[in-house]
Formats: sequence, C-alpha cells, structure tokens
Amino acid sequence: MKKCHRCSKPATLHITEIREGVVQELHLCESCAQDYLENTDSPEPSEDFDPIHEKLSEYEVDEELAELDQNECPNCGITFREFRSQGRLGCPHDYVAFEHELMPLLENIHGEVQHCGKFPKRAPDASQRQYQLIKLRNELRGAVEQENYEEAARLRDEIQTIENELNAEQT
Amino acid sequence: MDLESLTHTSGEWLRGSGPDSDIVISSRIRLARNLAQYPFLSRADDSVRGETSDLLRGTIEDLGLPRRLSYVNVGGLVDLDRQFLVERQLISREHAESRGSRGVCVSDEENVSLMINEEDHLRIQVLRSGFSLDECWDEINRIDDALESRVTYAFSENLGYLTACPTNVGTGIRVSVMLHLPALVLTKEIQKVFQALQKISLAVRGLYGEGSQAMGDFYQISNQITLGKSEEQLIESIRDVVPNIIAYERRVRNALVKENRQSLHDQVSRAYGILQNAQTISSEETMQLLSSVRMGINLELIDDLKMSTVNELFIHTQPAHLQKLRKEDLESAERNVARARYLRQRLGGNGSEMQN
Ligand SMILES: [Zn+2]
Ligand SMILES: [Zn+2]
Repeated sequence: MKKCHRCSKPATLHITEIREGVVQELHLCESCAQDYLENTDSPEPSEDFDPIHEKLSEYEVDEELAELDQNECPNCGITFREFRSQGRLGCPHDYVAFEHELMPLLENIHGEVQHCGKFPKRAPDASQRQYQLIKLRNELRGAVEQENYEEAARLRDEIQTIENELNAEQT
Repeated sequence: MDLESLTHTSGEWLRGSGPDSDIVISSRIRLARNLAQYPFLSRADDSVRGETSDLLRGTIEDLGLPRRLSYVNVGGLVDLDRQFLVERQLISREHAESRGSRGVCVSDEENVSLMINEEDHLRIQVLRSGFSLDECWDEINRIDDALESRVTYAFSENLGYLTACPTNVGTGIRVSVMLHLPALVLTKEIQKVFQALQKISLAVRGLYGEGSQAMGDFYQISNQITLGKSEEQLIESIRDVVPNIIAYERRVRNALVKENRQSLHDQVSRAYGILQNAQTISSEETMQLLSSVRMGINLELIDDLKMSTVNELFIHTQPAHLQKLRKEDLESAERNVARARYLRQRLGGNGSEMQN
C-alpha cells in the first residue's frame, strides 16, 4: 500500500498529472487530496516533498525487518515500527539502537554509509552523557504522566547534575 | 520583527543581481542540525520543545553575527502570517504547519534564516540572488562554526550529523539553485534536462506545487544524497551542472528570437498587456504571464520594466501577501480581483490608481 506523499496515512487517491509533457504521479490520502484539489491557487514550496516514505515502503515486504519491528530505542522509547510508519526517528541514539535495520536503508538512499565531510571542532566525546540525558528526560515524562512526583524530582536532580557537568566542561 | 513592514519590501535575494541572474533566480544552502542532549522533535513533548527553542534562540542571539537577526515566534502567529513567511521562503511549509513552540531568526536582508524546531531542532538557511553557491557556503559554514562552539550537536564519526530523517544524515546539507527556464519549457527540451539530472542523482522540482508541478517555469535543482560526500563535493555537483543548463536555455532563447522573433514578441507583449489590464486573475495565470514578461525583459523585448519588480511580483501576488497588503481575509475569488488590481497598480496599466 502506497503512503500519502504529504503525511504518512495510506493513500487512497492516485493522481497522475501531465504538465509540460512531464508525467508525475501523486499519491494522497483522502484529507490531503481534498486539500490539494481545493487549493490549486495556493502555491507551496516543494522542498519538503518527502522521499523517505517511498524508500520505506520498499522495505515493507521484508519479513526479517517485520520481526525487528518491535525493537525499541532504550533512550527515547521509539520502536522501529513507529519509525517506519512516521519516517522520522526519535533521538540521535536510534542510529545506534537500530543500526542493523537502518544500514540497508541508508545504503539505498545515499549509496554510502560512511560520513565524509565536516566534523564538529569540539570532539563529540561527551555523547554518552548526552544520550543519558535523553533517556532521563524520557523517564521524566513517564514519571510525570504517572503522577509519580517523587521519582520525577529525583530525575530532575539527576538531569541537572549532568547538565552542570557538561556546562562546566564547555567553558 | 514587524511583519507588516515587510509587505512593501522584498528580500535581497529577489534583487535580480548576481552572476547569471537572467536565468538563476537564487542560490540556497541549508544545514540540518540537532542538539545531542534532546530527543528529536517527533519524541519531544511541550517542555522539551520549549527548552530546545529557548536554548537555541538564546545561543543564536548571543553569537554576535555580522548580520542583525530578529526573532519571530512562529508558534504565536496566526495562520495568515505563517503562510506569509512561507511565501517569502523564510520558513518551510512544514515549519508553518507543525505544532508547539517554534520560531525563526531572520536577518534584515532576509538572506539568512534559522528555523528552530522544524523537522530538526535547527535548520540554517542562506539565500543569495543569482548563481552564488560559494558565498552561501562561506556564510553558512561560519554561522555553523559559531554555533558549534557553543552547543553540542548530535554527531557520530561514522554517520556525521544525525538528523530526524535518514535522508538528511551525514552532512545535513541541501544545496539548491532556482532556475527560470521558459525557453526550455516552451520547446519541451526541459525533459532532456530532467533525464540528465536524474542520472547523476540530482533532484529537479518546480518552485511551487507538490512534486514537479512547476509554475512560472521555475525549477529548483538540488542534491539528493547527503552522506558519503563532503559538503564541497556536493556543492560542486550542482555548480558543475548548472552552467550547462544556463547555456542550453540561452541557446534556445536565441534560436527562438532568431527564427520566431515576431511571434515571441507577440506572446511577451500580450502577457504584459493582460497583467496591466486584467480585472480578475488567478495565481497560476499570473505566474505564467510573469514568466513570459521576465523572459521578454531578458531578450530586450520589454524595456520599461525592471527585473527586480517582476521578481518581486512573483512573491507579492501570492495569497498571504495580497491579504496582508489589503489588511483583510479574502476568499479565492476576491483574491483574484485584488491580485489584478495590485498588478495594475504596480505595472502602471489602465485603471491604475497610481497612474500619473
Ligand atoms: Zn495525507
Ligand atoms: Zn531513541
């Protein structure tokens, strides 16, 4: 099933446009199609045309990946299945947590899997603690939702301590 | 930043100056960056969004960049104002339509914009008039360096800058050039350009409209891959191919003038005449006619109109601009009337309110 080019809902309308001799296929869900047909005079920049869903839909038949769907990032809590449905990752650590699943996708999109370009001048060696912060913030959100205020207070202190350490190193 | 005052001006990048500006409208580079210590925005609740936006805004305002920046709280704007910023290319449509705390820092000349809490925590964008990718890169690289000395970006040695969408990972760079190609469209030669670019994995898109639906004969050429090549290599891949397209468009224009001067002159003059006299006109028709007029100026078939005026009209005749100018909400049919009136005023046609 193709996904809507504008959001990630299943596409129900398939529009083929021919303009200036160029054939273009547009797959839209019902609400986006309505919006598209009504707003022909409101131009929009097309930079955001989203190729990730097309790439992801190629993977939907892969059975091995379907089994990996339940894998979850220990820091932000996103599952690979959620990533596949929304096309957006949950935190920087997902590139490590889902490495096995993401590599073929990256290879498919970019043809390469090794960065070759700018490096931050300040070595990013602090990243372990940065990821720890993401994890603590996720736990904090859960604690607040469950009205576990004692735990929330403890988590806030822990976040504050790590942030202070990081700030001290930066200056 | 006072949005009302912007309705009568336009960004420096529309000036129609700079190298090859008869065909290259603008050059643009954007970088996608995220803060290492926060989740990406799809997993960010209101409090995290508030923290990333406060942190980034504060850091940007403290940088002491040579350009003066103003902050616009995009989350606090009404829909019309957000649409207005999209039309000016200061924010993306996605940024306009998302929810929660978000904003943009914009330079006075509108050459630089830093979108906070877009798809990534930060999207830096530099725009220039004409074919000026090196200038864009110099400036955006300096801004990025300055930021990087104060915040910790999400980065890995293997995968580079880590982004919310895997299509941007690595350099996080999108290099694009907006071209005006009316002669290639008219002769249907544009298809050959599409085919050639697809082979070298560059993307071509229309200026407005989803996908490749191009209005006003504008096409944006940009890199598709971001990982495995350096920023300079990716810029070069665009810089190498654009001069060929420019030369192609010029060649076809000259051939059209040589073989068909009278009918071309007729088409251009009719387009100008309609824009000066119409009583109601859609956005699409306006774009198409302005495109003809723009080519007419370049070919010296029209001599009483400035390129910068035509460039500006492409932006100022769009829905949010018209409504801000009229200071009222307008339905589509009312907009068409307002658009025609505005064009008559600006182009000094019959019934012009500003005619001497
Ligand atoms: Zn949709
Ligand atoms: Zn995660």
